[in-house]
Amino acid sequence: MNRHAVLAIYRFEMSRFRRTLWQSLVTPVITTSLYFVVFGAAIGPRMAGMDGVPYGAFIVPGLVMLAIFTESLNNASFGIYLPKFTGTIYELLSAPVSAFEIVLAYVGAAATKSVILGAVILATANAFVPVRVEHPIWMAAFLVLTATTFCLFGFILGVWARSFEQLNFIPMLVVTPLTFLGGAFYSIDMLPPEWRAFSLFNPIVYLINGYRWTFYGVSDVSVAVSLAMTLAFFAACLAVVAWIFRTGYRLKS
Amino acid sequence: MSRAAPPMIRIAGLTKQYASGLQALKAVDLEIAKGEIFALLGPNGAGKTTLISIVCGIVTPSAGSVTVDGHDIIRDFRLTRAKIGLVPQELHTDMFETLWATMRFSRGLFGRAPDAAHLEKVLRELSLWDKRHDKIMTLSGGMKRRVLIAKALAHEPEILFLDEPTAGVDVELRRDMWALVRRLRDAGVTIILTTHYIEEAEEMADRIGVISKGELIVVEEKARLMKKLGKKQLTLHLVEPMASVPEALGEWGLALADGGSLLEYTFDNEQCAAVPALLRRLGDLGIGFTDLNTRQSSLEDIFVSLVSERPDAAPGRKSA
Repeated sequence: MNRHAVLAIYRFEMSRFRRTLWQSLVTPVITTSLYFVVFGAAIGPRMAGMDGVPYGAFIVPGLVMLAIFTESLNNASFGIYLPKFTGTIYELLSAPVSAFEIVLAYVGAAATKSVILGAVILATANAFVPVRVEHPIWMAAFLVLTATTFCLFGFILGVWARSFEQLNFIPMLVVTPLTFLGGAFYSIDMLPPEWRAFSLFNPIVYLINGYRWTFYGVSDVSVAVSLAMTLAFFAACLAVVAWIFRTGYRLKS
Repeated sequence: MSRAAPPMIRIAGLTKQYASGLQALKAVDLEIAKGEIFALLGPNGAGKTTLISIVCGIVTPSAGSVTVDGHDIIRDFRLTRAKIGLVPQELHTDMFETLWATMRFSRGLFGRAPDAAHLEKVLRELSLWDKRHDKIMTLSGGMKRRVLIAKALAHEPEILFLDEPTAGVDVELRRDMWALVRRLRDAGVTIILTTHYIEEAEEMADRIGVISKGELIVVEEKARLMKKLGKKQLTLHLVEPMASVPEALGEWGLALADGGSLLEYTFDNEQCAAVPALLRRLGDLGIGFTDLNTRQSSLEDIFVSLVSERPDAAPGRKSA
């Protein structure tokens, strides 16, 4: 294990995070806080609670997940796309590091940033709406697992992307809509039966519901299924990353 | 240097065909001894960068094998890559990092524990120490070139690859780099450089390999290559221009130039003895000349003739 290399990449990525603190931490926190202000503090009190949870508090887990999804994808994809873009990837490819070490360092750094972001958003949410966490250990575990999974997914995107436009394509046009339709703002039990069935094909539904269960003990789907879906997504991303390094896809000719 | 010692780099049957179908290397065999400076010469697209990239692990070979200090570059990649420093051709640098941060990164990436003293030594040697807290994007092109060299030396490599190190670099910096390369060689580092500037190979290299269309045409010690393939030319400025070369001078194979006012004799190193005889014969025939000069072919002439002698020697497309 080349631990010096893992540390070097990790530090390098974390220093990028500190340098771009405004963009990678402050902006998503402010954006997410706006939802808490509007739906939690302003409109929330006029709306009926969901599953016995006040509306403002109900949307917190979904909004934390939305921020984690997008920021994990952005951070991790940019981390590996940037050296490809500037050409400095030659150094990484010629270094005595294994694929596992590269992924550990890049995804580890990106996941660290995401977990920090998630914690800050939760703390901020608490200032606007009454947040309650019933299963704190599961809450932390879901947060770390989801952040790591989406950072792996982001790493894949960063390797795949050939332009900044492609880099933004998946987060903007796939993940954000799926999250809005995945029950971040509502319980899918409110939907007509056919739309509810349709929603079950949206993997984001399982992630959000699993996470919401750790807060309020309520979920539209079984928690075990949520966990299994999250782990399956994680395993799928790992398999794709392993394939990328075995074939050198878009990294090596 | 002892040629009996095991080679630092052994390349056998190395072949690379890119997905585009471009055959960049055709069964290249090459051995590079420890501590030598080896220059790889060739036109654009000859396969120089592909060859280097394979040894460094950036490009996957299609066939053949490479060992570095006895270790296979694929099976023992950790061992071999830790020994190698690479200075790429293009100015690929991190834009927003400070020089110091990027140096620390490079050293760590290659598996070495932090060593501020070594990094300071490298930066001072390249006149970059004062710039260590500057962001790389603020440095000039020549400075960035030095940054790439500094990064490649951050982990104390035993082998240094310099891919066109002085392309677009001013004369002063070029001299500095040559001096640095000599110091590294004196410290026991094996150096492989590719270059367009044949002057550079002539100045620096112990041995020269000429590559064209993915094939190594010649690998020879520099002095021997120049002796074997070098040509000399004697030019006489005649008092009276002549219409044709007199038959009495037939054995020398002379040529006329500049409307008959210049008489040229081209010969190789074995034919030096023929020059005094030619001058004596000219005296006997009463052919006078006002001036004479001789010119020895440079490595550049040798290179051009080697590459252009090949039947399909048109410059190919630039390799990756």
